[in-house]
Amino acid sequence: MTELDGLYALWYREFKVFLREKSRIVSSLFTPLLWIVVFGGGLGSSVSLAGTNYQAFIFPGILAMTVLFSSMFFGLYIVWDKRIDFFKEVLVAPLSRLTIFAGKTLGGCTDALIQGGLMLAFGVILGISYNVQMVVLSMIFMLVLASAVVSIGLVIGSFMESPEGFNLIISFLIFPLFFLSGALFPLDNLPSWLHVFTTLNPVTYAVDGMRGVILGISTYPVMVDLGVLLGFAAAMIVIGSIAFSKMK
Amino acid sequence: MNDINPAPDRMFGEPVIETFNLTKRFSKLVAVDHINLSIREGEVFGLLGPNGAGKTTTLSMLSTLLKPTEGTAKVNKHDIVTESDAVRRSIGIVFQEPSSDDILTGQENLYLHALMFGVERNVREQRIREVLKLVDLEDRANSQVKTYSGGMRRRLELARGLLHKPKILFLDEPTLGLDPQTREHIWDYIRRLADQERVTVILTTHYMDEAEHLCDRVAIIDDGKIVALDTPNKLKQIVGGDIVRLKITNPKISPIKELPYVVKVEQTDSYLLLTVKNSSVHLQEILSLVGNAESVELRTPTLNDVFLHYTGHEIRQAEAEGGIFERAVRARSNEK
Repeated sequence: MTELDGLYALWYREFKVFLREKSRIVSSLFTPLLWIVVFGGGLGSSVSLAGTNYQAFIFPGILAMTVLFSSMFFGLYIVWDKRIDFFKEVLVAPLSRLTIFAGKTLGGCTDALIQGGLMLAFGVILGISYNVQMVVLSMIFMLVLASAVVSIGLVIGSFMESPEGFNLIISFLIFPLFFLSGALFPLDNLPSWLHVFTTLNPVTYAVDGMRGVILGISTYPVMVDLGVLLGFAAAMIVIGSIAFSKMK
Repeated sequence: MNDINPAPDRMFGEPVIETFNLTKRFSKLVAVDHINLSIREGEVFGLLGPNGAGKTTTLSMLSTLLKPTEGTAKVNKHDIVTESDAVRRSIGIVFQEPSSDDILTGQENLYLHALMFGVERNVREQRIREVLKLVDLEDRANSQVKTYSGGMRRRLELARGLLHKPKILFLDEPTLGLDPQTREHIWDYIRRLADQERVTVILTTHYMDEAEHLCDRVAIIDDGKIVALDTPNKLKQIVGGDIVRLKITNPKISPIKELPYVVKVEQTDSYLLLTVKNSSVHLQEILSLVGNAESVELRTPTLNDVFLHYTGHEIRQAEAEGGIFERAVRARSNEK
């Protein structure tokens, strides 16, 4: 019972903070909106891909981007927790490390899903007409992606002592994951070196899956995408729980 | 003297904290060096020492945040190494640095704490109201913590430490940086907790007055070792008299040293420091023998004198020599 209460407490804290820090929501949605409206709209006025308007084509990629950024940063924010000593208070609580990790991950997934959901809703303005199945499946893809990326962020954050390394992680982790995911271009006909990277990148399967769900265009079958992504998320969650139980 | 220390016949219960050669090393630095303590139920126990003496490290080990390098301790009959979960259920801790979430309100912070520390659902609201009232924060319970003053934050931390009714409460520098009025308020409150609720309180401090007024017993800790342990009054008696401090150049020391009631003579650049029995009776004679003193200061010994007595340096001086990091650096350079 205590563990469940503790899990709820950790989630509750993250959720409250998320709701109160509205500037964080706005700023985390601003970049994806720029991409979809300006880049997508600008390039889309003269380019269309796979029989679709370019703006619509990159929309699933931008959804993945929203989740990618917000989840990764959520995980990294644990560095601040450590700084303000809030985390010490959590660590002396009679809770298992697994519960702490799970609570954090749930909190991060909630944040990411709300932001991803808002972006998804923005799709209506872009002229995408949803049905229930599309919305549910997209949300599932975003949830699985979020749980994986939050875990990665938490693992990195649990090793970091200060936020100084953030830029490094943006440049060498978030951007490569985004650009090499096929968010901005189709996966077919890629030069072979690029093909290797996109195939290895787990975010590729989130983008491809959502593109399949929303636009009906995908390189891999949607269920294959979901399977790969689930496997990746499971692996990251396991690594995350191990890292947390070893953390000082 | 205004002494709010409890009467000597105050009853304490069984030992609730026992340490056995508790030791923590950080590479070459021995932060805590084979400490043996026995603290009984209902006691307010002080760890007094300069920054970097090992006080916080000791608390961190007792609260299971750090693992000892050597030795162990029992907290509420549970081993801190092998039964850390059980230990964590018995204790409350207030850290030196504020650890509340300042985006949340005071009320929300307490609610989170109640959830994490397993306060039963049916008493949660009531306990939160109780502790808020206790620390006088009812009016501000629904404001974000970032709008609180330093003293209010400190009180919120205290409230949180008490929320789950711990058997044992650890306080790391509970009144650091607080104004005198708030300090007394908090002392009062800690005292009542021990006397009425039988909570055992272990606190660290480098304030002499805090140790003197609040603690039943004080352990003086320096360089990771306990150098003295007793009630504040008994510790002060060890000094063996009152302190007479004379500002004087070229004092006549030899006749002073022969006086039977002068226990100790120490000379620094322009000061003469005497430890004198029954000083008020003998002061006249001392002054007539010592020569022309520019000024005279007479006082009863403080814990600072006790500290000086045992360690050969003052707490302030030790502080100037630096905290744990400086000691680590020195330990390393001594290696070479």
